[in-house]
Amino acid sequence: MSNPIENLNKIFDSRVRLGIMSALMVNESVNFNDLKELLVITDGNLASHLKALEENGAIKVQKGFIGRKTNTTYAVTRTGEKAFKGHLDALEKMIRGTK
Amino acid sequence: MGEEQQSLRELQHIKRIMEESSRFISLSGLSGIAAGVSALLGAWISFDYVTGRKDYIINKELPVPHVSPNEYSIIFNTWIFWIAAGTFFAALISAFIFTWIKSKRQGTPIWGNTAKRLLINVSIPLVAGGIFLLRLIHFKTFGLVAPGCLIFYGLALVNASKYTLAEVRYLGYLQILLGIINLQFVGLGIYFWAAGFGVLHIVYGAYMWWKYEKS
Repeated sequence: MSNPIENLNKIFDSRVRLGIMSALMVNESVNFNDLKELLVITDGNLASHLKALEENGAIKVQKGFIGRKTNTTYAVTRTGEKAFKGHLDALEKMIRGTK
Repeated sequence: MGEEQQSLRELQHIKRIMEESSRFISLSGLSGIAAGVSALLGAWISFDYVTGRKDYIINKELPVPHVSPNEYSIIFNTWIFWIAAGTFFAALISAFIFTWIKSKRQGTPIWGNTAKRLLINVSIPLVAGGIFLLRLIHFKTFGLVAPGCLIFYGLALVNASKYTLAEVRYLGYLQILLGIINLQFVGLGIYFWAAGFGVLHIVYGAYMWWKYEKS
């Protein structure tokens, strides 16, 4: 039997990243400020986690403008979606397995 | 054991973020109660007006339409129109106030993407229904106005339930059901309308307040 912990994606280790992925999974895209309000964290903290997810190919970034203000939105990639679903499955197995 | 707890907590976190990011959850139960009270007041004020013209409401045969450009202005000059408009705005404003207070307390912004999505999805069946009802009034089929209000409002709620608290769906089902029953009792529309927009709103609002906001 394989160890379910192996399937737990290292990238989703942090609560913030898990939160970002959760929000992006149920929305086409979410912008920086909405993520910040949702997760109640600082700009710098959020930015660094977003960067990590982007570098791993889990999310994609789109820079745009609303009037003169920059509006950066984020969305999950195919890879990110697959990885997140895998992570959920692993969590489920872990709960079932230890019962 | 520790791992199980950890996984469970993680799943709960995921679920909460998914809900919060896609649904407008500041909708207050007190808003439902306020809207219901407004509706009952509106029904009470217009009761004599509506029931006094009962023969006018139960029109068994659909009259052949005589389209005249003045007909809509005639509607807008009736008491019942202004009572209806007053009721609508009283309900809207009082409902808004309680939801605004709740969102303040929760620290979530009232005007965000979730609110926008909710508003758009509530409006689609409502606007379509409104146009349809205006046409019914135009053809003097007044008896179908109350059931029409209930059915279209119910559809709007069912549609909206994907974008706000999921319980709204059951309120929607009940409104649709009342509207359909009302179709068999044309002429008693004011009672069905008061039951749907008044009583159901108050019962729903009290239940939601009890469930989520009581503390």
